[in-house]
Amino acid sequence: MFYRENGQFKTSYAADQQIFAVTQDRVAIIALLLIAFLVVPVVANNYVFQAILIPFLIMSLGALGLNILVGYCGQVSLGAGAFMAVGAYAAYNFQVRFDDMPLLLSLLGGGVIAMVFGMVFGLPSLRIRGLYLAVATLAAQFFMDWLTSRAAWVTNNSSSGSVSAGKLSMFGWQIDTPMEKYLLCLSFLCVLALAAKNLVRGNAGRQWMAIRDMDVAAAVIGIRPMYAKLSAFAVSSFIIGIAGALWAFVHLGAWEPAAFSLDRSLALLFMIIIGGLGSIVGSLFGAAFFVLLPIFLNQVPHWLGLPISTATATYLEHMIFGALIVFFLIVEPHGLARLWATTRQKLRVWPFPH
Amino acid sequence: MGFFLETLLGGLMTGMLYALVALGFVLIFKASGVFNFAQGAMVLFAALAVARFSEWIPAWLGMEQGALSMALAILVGIVVMIAVAWLIERLALRYLVNQEPITLLMATLGIAYLLDGFGPMVFGSAVYSIDVGMPKDPSFILESVFDGGVLVSLEDVYSAGIAATLVAALTVFFQYTKTGRALRAVADDHQAAQSIGIPLARMWVIVWSVAGMVALVVGIIWGSKLGVQFSISLVALKALPVVILGGLTSLPGAIVGGLIIGVGEKLSEVYLGPMIGGGIETWFAYGLALCLLLVRPQGLFGEKIIDRV
Repeated sequence: MFYRENGQFKTSYAADQQIFAVTQDRVAIIALLLIAFLVVPVVANNYVFQAILIPFLIMSLGALGLNILVGYCGQVSLGAGAFMAVGAYAAYNFQVRFDDMPLLLSLLGGGVIAMVFGMVFGLPSLRIRGLYLAVATLAAQFFMDWLTSRAAWVTNNSSSGSVSAGKLSMFGWQIDTPMEKYLLCLSFLCVLALAAKNLVRGNAGRQWMAIRDMDVAAAVIGIRPMYAKLSAFAVSSFIIGIAGALWAFVHLGAWEPAAFSLDRSLALLFMIIIGGLGSIVGSLFGAAFFVLLPIFLNQVPHWLGLPISTATATYLEHMIFGALIVFFLIVEPHGLARLWATTRQKLRVWPFPH
Repeated sequence: MGFFLETLLGGLMTGMLYALVALGFVLIFKASGVFNFAQGAMVLFAALAVARFSEWIPAWLGMEQGALSMALAILVGIVVMIAVAWLIERLALRYLVNQEPITLLMATLGIAYLLDGFGPMVFGSAVYSIDVGMPKDPSFILESVFDGGVLVSLEDVYSAGIAATLVAALTVFFQYTKTGRALRAVADDHQAAQSIGIPLARMWVIVWSVAGMVALVVGIIWGSKLGVQFSISLVALKALPVVILGGLTSLPGAIVGGLIIGVGEKLSEVYLGPMIGGGIETWFAYGLALCLLLVRPQGLFGEKIIDRV
């Protein structure tokens, strides 16, 4: 009813090509951003920040990065956790090895190192494709697992293998409270999501999508596969690297190599598939689903008043989680983003079906 | 020289087991185009079932624990794996025909979660043992050739023997039986197979059951070696490089790949490991597979990937 485009005429190319072309969308997104930046910090408590919002924001960022590689460029990667680890450990090394290194530079540096790592492990994608590539990217995962637990220089010779980030501050802003950490993550997500959105709808994104749909055909129409694939690996690993650095510095504070294990990679892949491949907003949906579901599943027995032992609860959680994955894939193989698009379309033509 | 041979033999034995797990992957991929991430979970589930039923059945029937109860437990295990296969086809795969490979991969990941939760919940989560009467003593061979001989674990020899038998049996099954021929037809072209009257759904149940039984054998062998515990499901991760090294669609590829990875892993750990810090077993196999794929993107024996525009 309120979602109508009638009377919204575009009189310039710029108006036609903007990200949110419908006025209502623009209003909604501005309202959402205002709420996220101004209202949420006031009303949310520490538990909500630490258990829900911060993990959600960082995982969204990670999923966004992986979605560029898998969803837009079609290169299935099972090694996202490794790129997160590279970002985290690189940022950590920048932080401890250089005096007075600004936090922002460390985080971005982590992203850049992850980008280089990603490009190196992206090289095989020029030869190997499909599921073979997916399995081959596991090499990155296990190599990083090994490096972070075996090589002493990575953890700055920490005897226990775990490292901690220390105090966070940026431009004289002490980031101590969960609320401030939330704002930091939110800012990163907004900036990078905007950048990613613009990348995927520009020249680079179209090249990636052409490669995804049929790489031989893309090469025939003059797209260089090497350039397109490696740039997708670079952008994706940069974002995932920053997400990893944020996960380590902001969410965990102190972490061990196990924080970035294969489970993390699979979780990211799960998020983008449930959320929707090749969709920026889908990454956010997927991350929200992934963060909220376990919390929800944990609470259900309490609400129903069922006495369940912790072990059984864990197994039940595993089972329901697995069943839900299969269920969602059967119901909507294109992910939550497709459901969202369908809903919007229905709203536009409401109350008529077409 | 003796030490080298020992390492080599050890590698071959482990490789045989990797090959078995890889076989499960290849079977399912060939017949349904699904990259089955749940193979490891199936191994764990089967091993748990056998381990627990071998304890429960004597208690229920009031008989002694022995060869007969073990045989019964294995039989029940087979039935359980067939049930699992049927449920997977009935509840999940049936609705996912013609989806993208990555969607199918994700679905099997969901199945893996499900089995990982279901198994310990029903069967318990402690470390269980399976005793199928394999000898545990090491023995020495070739003592006349080398000083001190070559140390071989008899258990490994038996497992390798079982693995080899299973591989041979599967090859015969695929080559010379009617069902095997139908399975190969399905693998070749789903639509063509259906049009000549091969029931796709039943074929999938069969192939998942066979993969389940392969998982059962792997589960029993590893279980009797290391005890039945969660880490068994990680064996599947070792088998992944084997699968891509040998080629996703090739049964002999799985065997050869398994042997190469098994030997490469052990030799690299022993001779290369000390130089760069040890523990390289975890990723060496992947590195090896990656290097080989750069030369042959379809694996050693995989079907050549031909792109048509």
